[in-house]
Amino acid sequence: MMAGIPLTFLLNGAEIGVFVDPGANLLDVLRRGAGDLTPKQGCAQGGCGSCTVLIDGAPHLACLTLAQNVAGRRIDTTAALATGPDLHPLQQAFMEGFAAQCGFCTAGMLMAAKALLDRVPDPSRDEVIEAISGNLCRCTGYEPIVDAILTASARMQGRSA
Amino acid sequence: MTSVEFRKDIFADERDDTLKEIGKPTIRQDILGHVTGRTRYFDDHLFDGLLHMRAVRSPHHHARIRRIDTDAAGRMPGVRRVVTARDVPVNLNTLLSLINFGRDDEPLCAHDKVRYLGETVAWIIADTERQARDAVAAVRVEYELLPHVLDVEEALKPGAPVVNEVYPNNTFDYHDKYDHQKLRFGDVNAGFARADHIVEAEYQMSPIEQAPIETCGAIAAPEQNGRFVCHTNTQALFFSLGTTAKLLNIASSRLHFIGGTAGGGFGGKVDSIVEPTAVLGAMLTGKPVKFAWDRYEEMQVGAPRGGERWRIKDGVMRDGRIVARQFTGFFDSGAYMRLSPYAIIKGTGHLPGPYSIPNVSSNVYCVVTNRTPATAMRGFGITAVDFSIECHMDRVAEVVGMNPIDLRILNAYRDGDMKAHRRRAKNTALIECCQVAAGKADWAISPDSAAASSLRGGGVGERGEIPETVTDDEGRVGERRAGRTADTAPATRGTGRIAAGQASAAVGAVPVQNPDMEIEVERIGHRIAAAQGAPAAAPRATAPGTATPPRADTPAYAPPPAYAPPPAAPPASAAPPPPGSYQPDQPFSRGVNRPGTSRFLSGTRRR
Amino acid sequence: MNLTVETFPTLRDAAGAVGDKARYLGGGTLLMRAVNYGDKAVERIVISREVDRSVRSEGQGVRIGAGATMADVLAAGDLAMLHPVARMVGGPAVRNMATVGGNLFAAAPYGDMATAFLALEATVQMADGQSLPIESFLSGRARMRGLVAAVIVPRVDPATFRWKKVSQIKPKGVSMLSIAAVLRGAGRVDEARIAFGSMGPTPLRAKAAEQALRGCAPDAAGIAPALAVCCDGLHPVDDELATAWYRRAVAPVHLKRLLLGVQ
Repeated sequence: MMAGIPLTFLLNGAEIGVFVDPGANLLDVLRRGAGDLTPKQGCAQGGCGSCTVLIDGAPHLACLTLAQNVAGRRIDTTAALATGPDLHPLQQAFMEGFAAQCGFCTAGMLMAAKALLDRVPDPSRDEVIEAISGNLCRCTGYEPIVDAILTASARMQGRSA
Repeated sequence: MTSVEFRKDIFADERDDTLKEIGKPTIRQDILGHVTGRTRYFDDHLFDGLLHMRAVRSPHHHARIRRIDTDAAGRMPGVRRVVTARDVPVNLNTLLSLINFGRDDEPLCAHDKVRYLGETVAWIIADTERQARDAVAAVRVEYELLPHVLDVEEALKPGAPVVNEVYPNNTFDYHDKYDHQKLRFGDVNAGFARADHIVEAEYQMSPIEQAPIETCGAIAAPEQNGRFVCHTNTQALFFSLGTTAKLLNIASSRLHFIGGTAGGGFGGKVDSIVEPTAVLGAMLTGKPVKFAWDRYEEMQVGAPRGGERWRIKDGVMRDGRIVARQFTGFFDSGAYMRLSPYAIIKGTGHLPGPYSIPNVSSNVYCVVTNRTPATAMRGFGITAVDFSIECHMDRVAEVVGMNPIDLRILNAYRDGDMKAHRRRAKNTALIECCQVAAGKADWAISPDSAAASSLRGGGVGERGEIPETVTDDEGRVGERRAGRTADTAPATRGTGRIAAGQASAAVGAVPVQNPDMEIEVERIGHRIAAAQGAPAAAPRATAPGTATPPRADTPAYAPPPAYAPPPAAPPASAAPPPPGSYQPDQPFSRGVNRPGTSRFLSGTRRR
Repeated sequence: MNLTVETFPTLRDAAGAVGDKARYLGGGTLLMRAVNYGDKAVERIVISREVDRSVRSEGQGVRIGAGATMADVLAAGDLAMLHPVARMVGGPAVRNMATVGGNLFAAAPYGDMATAFLALEATVQMADGQSLPIESFLSGRARMRGLVAAVIVPRVDPATFRWKKVSQIKPKGVSMLSIAAVLRGAGRVDEARIAFGSMGPTPLRAKAAEQALRGCAPDAAGIAPALAVCCDGLHPVDDELATAWYRRAVAPVHLKRLLLGVQ
């Protein structure tokens, strides 16, 4: 039985160390190794986007990322969106706007949305659609998600939704 | 937020607007979990030493299994157990046995034959998913190819390959009489004879994959007190629990199923295949076992909404009234029945659509082919025929030269109208839907259409009566395959008549498969079983005339000593209910604490 | 079979390790998918610490490091002409991962960027120093051993370059077929380069159509002879997206729209 390869990285701001099998993808390592169950596996082939995480602030697909390649890098997942008991404006807007039904795509959508708003605080509708174009949803028909992201960006800018 | 327009002006006097929740948007109770990532899907439960189970699958549509060689696979790194059909205690089932409908026709694991591409022929349980995949690839199966059939009408021809020996005519046997489900109301042929126009067309649906973002899967693990816990994303927790109990010959009280959250289902998570598989894996290894489909399996092996073919023939008067409508429908159930036979009965009750048509006939076939078995999906049994009906209405409108909305309103059913399945229409609203839609689309409709109402004109005269109905005896089980019946459409000449005003005869309940599945009337408070004439005492184990293979073929499951089931509890009927406090004639009310019964049990109980 | 991951200090070293069951990890969008599904063709993952993501002028063209991602292409003003191509690769996350080098090796139906490079007659620089015209690279890539270090794209007047991606899902989605074209000439076509993606095992030039366009007026009548032969030399197959029959039927339709500049 091969010994795992040690790997350290920043997860949601905290440094963690895990042992990974060679060839393991980041999604498995986050879920099984680090116990962060927020990114989901929908396809393991980069088609659905439900495993979207931020690596150094940019969206990546954890299922297609070799875990060993994130040594020393900064990973952010949905688990860190809400700091403390209050929800992030994106989460609040999704909740109020029916932007989730089964919820399986939601973590990935939130990460894609956060990456957008971090770069483009006041996006157009087209920019929002482009930002989530790598995330599939089978339940909502996307419109509530786009609306929620626009609502969140307005609130974050201090404008009424 | 996306806007929803509430048309509260319509049927306003039927509505109570003082309700606190209905009619008002309410934040979903689970959405806080979704947006924080705390919602627990089946795979969000961490188990130490979790093993991974994967299936060896048939690459052929139809083949005999000559030999399965798992020796090399069994020796591969990380492999804990090779599982084959012999390991399944009761390797034949149908989902509908849970409601006493249909014959057991589907193994959890194929043993003599494979009947669809992707069918399971064995499983590997290993330490990692990769090791399981590698070992699956190392299993050698010798197949003898058989001719296959992938088209519903081809499957009905006399020379077609027999897909599933439990249904040797490649159709479900309805009521042990006909190879299709009949609906007869009035006399369509007389209607066609007097119609000004006949409009006929055929509609073909493809199979549609539900494709939820989360694939089907379950994790099962040994729990305390000889139980197994199973985390699953099933849409039908009690289906899955009951099916697992039956297939694995284990008391349902030893199964602890935890569900409640599915990452999308849409009907694709009702077939209860992954749960018995995962629990079997946990039983055989004594460890937590995950069995989940990957995306390829979800597409290929996961049951789709089956493809359907519909032919509709309408007899229409010059003024647009449809006086006769005939359906010939074919459901492609794939290699096994699963829920399709029930879907057809549901669909038949739906005919002829939301229209009041005085003469209706329908033959619907539940056909077995070598395709992936079909299952439910959004509007199970209804969507395809509704699509066909609405396309057909547009064709009819074109033929008579009428506005398609006016045509629909003219023929719409109204409250009190007698429907083809001999129940009165209630709470109809097609007319109002058409009026609002036309308004939204700026689509002009006639003043008569604009003034029509579902509340007026229904149930008057013939509209409210059951007509004299012509019946026929065509398509008895076996005739088609023997070449004695070729036409699939309803007969053009009847052989019998049911008098006007007569609803159908009551059908006796089908005896249960085994005493464990008997509905205990006194427990659930329903009198349905008794009213239908089901025997009150434990019935025979199998209904007469069924082709279920004897269970003795499968070696009895001998659990390892650690999992010996607890001693059987004394039968509940031995304890008489306390006098006076419980009235079986009252309707069942959830939450009422009935003396003598555990509040956690209702309906079927297995011992 | 346990996977191994081998890391090398330079691209050249890594190139030496690439072989039968040893595959180079670029962005991972194709290789990790194979790994996730237990593809027996992959036993060793080869990584280079030296990754070139640069974009800079070189001679008459622009040199793109093989490690440049689609997002890097989108950020490079010098590559504005390729932005419509890069923008349609996957979604934002895939574009942060997928590399230009990886796209050159992507089997159909992937390889949009390679299709564009083919029409632009790019040059492929290998890690061992060799330079290959892209057409030779593509025709020999199935037997190739080695790694791409960079791609040099000749500077062309952006107005001459056209791109069309045909897919069921928009904006992202796999190409059912794609067309890249470079059309030189004013008033009539002097010179044409037309490359089709997903119409064969690699992106392929439609040389019969290119010939037929020479000297033609860029209107429906003028391009009709080219449309009639646009599938010559192409080898479309049946796959999950479409049949070969369908592809042959619609290729001239899409080419016509591309050439006439209509949607």
